[in-house]
Amino acid sequence: MTDTTVWIVIAALGIGTYLSRFAFLGLIGDREMPAWVLRHLRYTGVAVLPGLVAPLVVWPDATGGEVDPLRLASAAVTLAVGAWRRDTIQAVIAGGLFFGIGNWLL
Amino acid sequence: MAKSPFGKGVAHGLPFIVIMVPFGVLFGVLATEAGLSLAQVMAFSSLVIAGASQFTAVQLLTDGVPTAIVILSALAVNLRMAMYSAALTPHLGPAPLWQRCLIAYILVDQVYALAQSAYDERPTWTVADKAAYLGGVAVPVFPAWVGATLAGAVLGARIPESWSLDFVLPLAFLALVGPMLKSRAHVTAALVSVTGALVLSWMPWNLGLIVAAILAMAAGAEVERRA
Repeated sequence: MTDTTVWIVIAALGIGTYLSRFAFLGLIGDREMPAWVLRHLRYTGVAVLPGLVAPLVVWPDATGGEVDPLRLASAAVTLAVGAWRRDTIQAVIAGGLFFGIGNWLL
Repeated sequence: MAKSPFGKGVAHGLPFIVIMVPFGVLFGVLATEAGLSLAQVMAFSSLVIAGASQFTAVQLLTDGVPTAIVILSALAVNLRMAMYSAALTPHLGPAPLWQRCLIAYILVDQVYALAQSAYDERPTWTVADKAAYLGGVAVPVFPAWVGATLAGAVLGARIPESWSLDFVLPLAFLALVGPMLKSRAHVTAALVSVTGALVLSWMPWNLGLIVAAILAMAAGAEVERRA
């Protein structure tokens, strides 16, 4: 890992990420999208984020990829509080406290 | 002030400091420990502004993976941003180009999640109101992310491994998902997303996540259509 490599990665990621964020906002703008496309897009958040975290929760690097009951339970608490209270911050505090206390006790 | 869409955005974004700070500190510490210079760590957080992909990139760089693969893998994690961009286009598409250019820069997961739920709840907002709200959300969220990265990099406090700070990353995203589970269609999409991502985790460059996300969107849309 040289300095140059790191800078190349930062530049490529910065540009690539910006372009992914700009893609539809910039190019489609105020043109109408068909109803079926809009119907799919309504599920963007729930389609992406659960899949992003699932491997991190089930096979965490920190345990060498071993399933960890505390992490699974903390994830369940975070989700449940979030769905029940409809509030991200309460969810993160509940899940964080549950994990922190569990981690300290175990 | 509190009544304007911009003020609402600031107020709704403010509590997210609780999430952005540990997340940013963690990145600052890990990236510095991996051998990145302060300038590089800060460039990551202020140019890429996508925590999950930054962790992926630093991890792969440390593993000595070829540069092109590092870039492709991390970009695949960020392809979800294109989906966010598409999802917000019906709301923000008519905004002036310069606003859309700025919005694209700050469209991180937390900003997307807040904006989407606010737009769903307030259908009477104009395009200008919606853009103002999104800008308001970014006011606390973005500096918290960059500032926390700096703190993590400078203090470089060796965080004891027993604290298991790595859990901050999944926690930050899980907390966004709960409030999104509004209907049977949303829950179905989430289940397909989890199953797909786990089953397809063998795919190279994190492409399994993208395939899982597309399947999950189709599943959600189908449940909605049949309802």
